[in-house]
Amino acid sequence: MARMKFICDAERCIECNGCVTACKNEHEVPWGVNRRRVVTLNDGVPGEKSISVACMHCSDAPCMAVCPVNCFYKTEEGVVLHDKDVCIGCGYCSYACPFGAPQFPSQGTFGVRGKMDKCTFCAGGPEEHGSQAEFDKYGRNRLAEGKLPACAEMCSTKALLAGDGDVVSEIFRSRVVQRGKGAEVWGWGTAYGTAAKQGA
Amino acid sequence: MRKILFLFAVTAVLTLSACGEKPQDHAGIRSDQPAAAGTGVAAFTADGWKAGDQASWSNHLKARANYGMNDHLRAPK
Repeated sequence: MARMKFICDAERCIECNGCVTACKNEHEVPWGVNRRRVVTLNDGVPGEKSISVACMHCSDAPCMAVCPVNCFYKTEEGVVLHDKDVCIGCGYCSYACPFGAPQFPSQGTFGVRGKMDKCTFCAGGPEEHGSQAEFDKYGRNRLAEGKLPACAEMCSTKALLAGDGDVVSEIFRSRVVQRGKGAEVWGWGTAYGTAAKQGA
Repeated sequence: MRKILFLFAVTAVLTLSACGEKPQDHAGIRSDQPAAAGTGVAAFTADGWKAGDQASWSNHLKARANYGMNDHLRAPK
């Protein structure tokens, strides 16, 4: 059974925010809500590193543990989803999440703190697959369409990997093996002129 | 005296009944259909797998991930 996971390759991410744009466009996410965002460490300093962050679909998800109305569930593929009909918009999941994944729209039910919205791994939610209701509440269900999340499929440098955990970890492992380590890694050398490692 | 004891017992049972455990065997929130079931919307569905067939869906996504993301696999050696 597939276990869906994201991995972001910090050596490849160029902070283009293509993943953020792809997500917002695919799911028509409202203004002010970012299911995915790019975080940069040491921004502007040589050696800065960026990663794209969203819900990591934790195996032991803290949001699920703290939700007072038990609105979360996990699909067979390990995707953490929630039911917006059950959510009361309390924000406990937001405090519990180490990645800041839960988002709260400022319009709609409950006013300034609306019902929680987060990355669904493009797996929709507890509505009929492909229905308008599913799209309106949770966005497009790409997994049920036989596609992977839009953010990863649109990533220009293929920094963001998404899919079966076994597959994405093998892709990442093969990259690391071929590019070695340190400042000569693939993305850095290409961007800033250091000689790229042979075969990377 | 017996009457008072009886009344006291009945009152105690009635008042303490609220402290009991509620049954926790409810089904929880409704779960989703498996993603492998497909959407039934042919226009948006990727080719190369059969809706309802878990293995076919899983293999299709693995192949798609390798084709789309594993550039080391696709680059000429």
